[in-house]
Amino acid sequence: MEGWIFFLFNGIVYGLLLFMMSSGLTLIFSMMGVLNFAHASFYMLGAYFAYQISTITGFWPGLIVAPVLVGCIGALVERYFLRTVHRHGHVAELLFTFGLAMLIEEAVVLIWGRNPVPYTVPPDLDFALFQIGGMSYSAYKIFMMAVSITMFVFLYGVIARTRIGQIIQAALTHPETVGTLGHNVPRIFMLVFGAGTGLAGLAGVIGGNAFVTEPGMARALGTIVFVVIIVGGLGSLTGAFIASLLIGVIQTTAVAIDVSLTDIFATVGLDLRNVPLHELWSKRISDVAPILPYLFMVLILVLRPRGLLGTRDS
Amino acid sequence: MLQVRNLNAYYGKSHVIDGIDLDVEDGQIVSLMGRNGVGRSTTIKAIMGLVRANGSIRFGDRELLGLEPHQIAHCGIGYVPENRDIFPSLSVRNNLLLGVKSGSGKGRWSPEDAYELFPVLRERADTAAGFLSGGEQQMLAICRTLMGDPDLVMVDEPTEGLAPLMVTKVKELLLEIARRGASILLVEQKLTIAPEISERLYVMGHGRIVFAGTPAELEADHALRKEWMEV
Ligand SMILES: Nc1ncnc2c1ncn2[C@@H]1O[C@H](COP(=O)(O)OP(=O)(O)OP(=O)(O)O)[C@@H](O)[C@H]1O
Ligand SMILES: [Mg+2]
Repeated sequence: MEGWIFFLFNGIVYGLLLFMMSSGLTLIFSMMGVLNFAHASFYMLGAYFAYQISTITGFWPGLIVAPVLVGCIGALVERYFLRTVHRHGHVAELLFTFGLAMLIEEAVVLIWGRNPVPYTVPPDLDFALFQIGGMSYSAYKIFMMAVSITMFVFLYGVIARTRIGQIIQAALTHPETVGTLGHNVPRIFMLVFGAGTGLAGLAGVIGGNAFVTEPGMARALGTIVFVVIIVGGLGSLTGAFIASLLIGVIQTTAVAIDVSLTDIFATVGLDLRNVPLHELWSKRISDVAPILPYLFMVLILVLRPRGLLGTRDS
Repeated sequence: MLQVRNLNAYYGKSHVIDGIDLDVEDGQIVSLMGRNGVGRSTTIKAIMGLVRANGSIRFGDRELLGLEPHQIAHCGIGYVPENRDIFPSLSVRNNLLLGVKSGSGKGRWSPEDAYELFPVLRERADTAAGFLSGGEQQMLAICRTLMGDPDLVMVDEPTEGLAPLMVTKVKELLLEIARRGASILLVEQKLTIAPEISERLYVMGHGRIVFAGTPAELEADHALRKEWMEV
């Protein structure tokens, strides 16, 4: 029982991190109408910037400076590149984000090398805060959770309560009309892109040291984030939230399940040992954990082609 | 105040507006009439900077051609689109507030004025605008544009699909806008309200102006009405 609480906790921490990525990606998708393949690259930049800053000043200044830097780079990319590419249509935009992802990855390799960099959890938070049933809960994980939740409450407040939030909401669905009312829609889009990439940067700052900071991290997380927004339904923030937590929990708990489907069915009296594909059913769930999110995505797409809460066909 | 000269507009390669001249003087209500698909909406979209165009569009002492829609709005032009385009998930009040331009002072219109004229907007101020009826949405769309205090309001087919009572309300609102000193460029198809309230009328056919004159002159020109207006 206590073990389950522990895995659930880890799943939620990871899920919130996924949501920090998928929420920005969803907003940017609603705005551009295409997926930004470079989104996770901004996550990676956040981690590397935070690492670089931590070698000079320690962890804390990077928590603010790195996401702001990443957000500024994002805003510049939107202003000087994406906006131009946008005129040539969706395919051009998609290809551009692909190219950008590769460019960032190569640049990271060039500057910091192919091996992981020693970006570590700050000593102030590197201890077990409390224990439940013999499992220790690291202070850093709690900190990650607190940062994510604070960020979401803040963003929700901005979007739901402020004038700029109202303008953003309207501009996502009716950009042309919002422009004719005198609001500078291109500038609003630059802001949203900057905020979305800044969020990805923040996820990199707090996730890079909890996991690993290396050039492959963008690709690895990027794939999972796509799974999240496809499961949640393209363009739906609520969908992205639910899917982030679901996939976060599935991924972290699955590694802990030391039984196979054959074992599970045996408890209800079904014998799977001689049915077709019995090799597959007898694999332990922890062994197939890495493919579970994809399996989940395929299942959702078959049952609900637009994802859990999606409205768009594209 | 608005002076359009030799305006041409395009959708991709198709040439939809073919050399239009059009004027709106200070404080005037001017109507742009014509059958479906002749290019009335495209004309005012071109003035608003929403479609690719060439020629000249002068407003006061500024050339509008080449400006972005939000800059054109800041020059003092208001636009109420054909499909109304209210923001359905935002409240009625927030719809109105989004019409207020950032960084401008108090103008001729405030949300309170809109509530006075249309009490239903006050009653529904906190409801999502998507729940309003078609006529109420039309009122909201016009009022939202007024919050930006335009000197010229371009309204695209505001009476389309409305019940007679609502049509009268639209007419009264347009007259009130003019009374407060703004000009109006009204796009209409039927002769329901346009001749009564307009000083001048234009009739379009196939992307060109085929008639320009007063309501009385249009009334007298049976041949023109038969060829370009009646369906
Ligand atoms: N987005 C578009 N792309 C291509 N062609 C268009 C587009 N919008 C309008 N058209 C074409 O341009 C012409 C003029 O359209 P416009 O909307 O200006 O007509 P209108 O006079 O406003 O009539 P109505 O509102 O009754 O359709 C029409 O032939 C229409 O088919
Ligand atoms: Mg039209």
